[in-house]
Amino acid sequence: MDTPYIIEMLHITKRFPGIIANDDVTLQLKRGEIHALLGENGAGKSTLMSVLFGLYQAEEGEIHMNGKKVEINDPNDANALGIGMVHQHFKLVECFSVLDNIILGVESTKGGFLQKDEARKKVMALSEKYGLHVDPDAKIEDITVGMQQRTEILKMLYRENDILIFDEPTAVLTPQEIKELMQIMKNLAAEGKSILFISHKLAEIMEVADRCSVLRKGKYIGTVETKNTTMEELSAMMVGRNVNFHVDKKPSEPGKPVLEVKNMTVASKVHKNNAVKNVSLTVRAGEIVCLAGIDGNGQTEFVYGLTGLEPLVSGTITLCGEDITKAKIRERSLKGMSHIPEDRHKHGLVLDYSLEDNLVLQRYFEPEFTNKAGFLRRDNIRSYADRLIEEYDIRSGQGPITKARAMSGGNQQKAIIAREIDKKPELLVAVQPTRGLDVGAIEGVHKSLIEQRDAGKAVLLVSLELDEVMDVPDRILVMYEGEIVGELDPKATTQEELGLYMAGAKRDEVKA
Amino acid sequence: MKKLLKNDGFQSLLASLICILLGLLIGYIVLLFINPAGAWEAITTVIKNFLTYNRKDSQLKYLGNTLVKTAPLLMCSLSILFSYKVGLFNIGAAGQYCIGIACSLYCALALKLPWWVCALAAMAGGAVAGSISGLLKSYCNVNEVISGIMLNWIILYLTNMLLNGVKESASPYTKEVAGTSAASVLPTLGLGKLLSDNKYVGLSIPLAILLAVAIWIILEKTKFGYELRATGGNKNAAKYAGMAEKRNIIVTLAISGALAGLGAAMLYLTSYEQWNCSSSSVPGMGFNGIAAAFLGGLNPIGAILSSFFIQHITAGGAYVDKKLYCAQISDLISSFIIYLCGFVFFMKLMMNKRLAKREEAAARKALAEKESKGGEVK
Repeated sequence: MDTPYIIEMLHITKRFPGIIANDDVTLQLKRGEIHALLGENGAGKSTLMSVLFGLYQAEEGEIHMNGKKVEINDPNDANALGIGMVHQHFKLVECFSVLDNIILGVESTKGGFLQKDEARKKVMALSEKYGLHVDPDAKIEDITVGMQQRTEILKMLYRENDILIFDEPTAVLTPQEIKELMQIMKNLAAEGKSILFISHKLAEIMEVADRCSVLRKGKYIGTVETKNTTMEELSAMMVGRNVNFHVDKKPSEPGKPVLEVKNMTVASKVHKNNAVKNVSLTVRAGEIVCLAGIDGNGQTEFVYGLTGLEPLVSGTITLCGEDITKAKIRERSLKGMSHIPEDRHKHGLVLDYSLEDNLVLQRYFEPEFTNKAGFLRRDNIRSYADRLIEEYDIRSGQGPITKARAMSGGNQQKAIIAREIDKKPELLVAVQPTRGLDVGAIEGVHKSLIEQRDAGKAVLLVSLELDEVMDVPDRILVMYEGEIVGELDPKATTQEELGLYMAGAKRDEVKA
Repeated sequence: MKKLLKNDGFQSLLASLICILLGLLIGYIVLLFINPAGAWEAITTVIKNFLTYNRKDSQLKYLGNTLVKTAPLLMCSLSILFSYKVGLFNIGAAGQYCIGIACSLYCALALKLPWWVCALAAMAGGAVAGSISGLLKSYCNVNEVISGIMLNWIILYLTNMLLNGVKESASPYTKEVAGTSAASVLPTLGLGKLLSDNKYVGLSIPLAILLAVAIWIILEKTKFGYELRATGGNKNAAKYAGMAEKRNIIVTLAISGALAGLGAAMLYLTSYEQWNCSSSSVPGMGFNGIAAAFLGGLNPIGAILSSFFIQHITAGGAYVDKKLYCAQISDLISSFIIYLCGFVFFMKLMMNKRLAKREEAAARKALAEKESKGGEVK
């Protein structure tokens, strides 16, 4: 035990077909520290953690524990070594209680029957000790995301794990819940647990971590003590250049209303309540309105209702003065609605189609691309694709014939944005348009949205990223549990105030 | 060479050939276990099929018989691959084929209608069967595999019932079309003359090939095909883009059904086969269509070749020496090969993985060389 490091990942290299996800990466975790792993999307953070957790095997490199080499071939090995992980998307059984989820896989039994009393005592003791408040009998599907996360943490503690991996734990939390989590992490470290904390949010890292290792494009850049560094230095390490955090834009000049939604109610797919309750809002020409809120508060369903992917329970939608409540998706699109979908793989692209075929996905039926006999006009599709690729700087291996699947996430997103903007919409619905993009690409997307606004179009932005919510729109509407609970002016509000609305702690009566 | 290896079409072809060889190899090993003495002869007989005959005119005649059964197999494989492109697994093709038999034979034997009416009736029957699965899938979210399998059984017994009225009195088989209603026999177009006067050869073969080409054009070149493939590739994206994805599913299965139904008419209206009215399972043709579709790399043009090959070895199996092996051996051998045919895409995946690995190794080597040459490390 002469090493201060509990876990050392030495010279790890992990390849996937066509890409080196980790290239000679070294990461050393000290006993009892909170160690942040920082990097852009696609930098290889999750891959590295998956190697440590036994989900992937590295081609090169060694993992040492307390100075001795160990083999981790699957998550069971990792568990046996005391390594636990809270995944970005929780691994919980929705219809089980909190307690059942915690003991799942390590149930103590007597004669084949579950012995839950002892487990309950242990869970309650742990919950007390670290300030992890949960209701052990509540079902997962009924509790908040924050409590689900605490369940995941208790799961690790119940298994007596000493090395805890948190994969982007704050992405789904409110600012208040984030604070709570930070405190929990500090408590855990104080009790001797060692924590690896994956994030690309600099402020959180500065607040909670002792040290921070930075990855960029699969390569190890360096490790710094957070008390000796600044956010600017970290971000420069992360992206390899200085980044302009601020979005430049002129004041907006709103014109006449383009979109008017009145009393929209949309049913939920997952529970019996309505996901969107009686929502009314207006978006005018020349303004960006942001629908903010924590994931799962009805924004997705609102967009589905608005774009026609799901039927409304009640309410009306008016686009440029025309009632489109009952219009089909195609009609809405032809009447001037463009939709950058939340999930580009689920809705935005046909991944096995070429880039050019994806670029005409909303227009293939127009006479420009289909002749009277119903045959596609391939030449026109190609020249159209070439123009969009040039104009929107969409990069890919083989140009228009590249399969969408083979393109990077950022360029896939650029293709969708190009397609949706180029059809000259009156209303652009952009749902989390920067999700999964790196800092450089985010700048570009924000610029496109503001260009649309300046060209007199109406933009409805739905976002979960606080920075984006504060910087891009001209008005913020906060959604909480399916209702709009506040309208804020981004210039006059603070992240703290926004957080209170998002968490449902504060609400106004909003007239749209 | 490297470029050729990366070409999608070439990969499919290579993967298909590997699967065929593996199938033959396993078939050979099984024959060795059963009776080593005749194994080599038996496996070569399977591959030779009509070439086992010494006389040229016999060879041609039996080539004709293989072709006659290739046409319906090709139609079934087109039926499978057409739905597969839209993300549907049309296992109901077997039943759609069966209803095609019922409609065409009933129209021919009971109503004595001209051949083209019988063929259209078969297509209509298949289309109805297909659209039932389609409607259930679109509006009730019933998996097309489940509804397809259920319909296969329903259709089988309906067919037995319907054709019971037009069977021979002394046997369970239906009357011969040629002897009952000459107008209902598919035109031969004089093609039989080329193959030692094989009277079964005719319109079905060129028509099936023509349809394969037509299916390819529809899928690859038209707006309709673009929509269908988009629905198959990602039905959420299709919906998002305003395509009528529910309608497309129904239309697709209806077309698939019509193709399978027409396949049945192509065989039964030649009088080559009669329906056994006490059949206890649907004909294997629809299921073999699955193998043919996959062996052909899910490409209509590939399906022409794969259908011929599968029919070729199935027919070849019949010539295996029955003194050394039991009667079922021919079916067993061809099933091994057909089974292996399903692995074409697995083979392709393996080949691509190997290629990617090799390329990466080469790239790393090149990089290492560059660095060792004293170039600047970035």
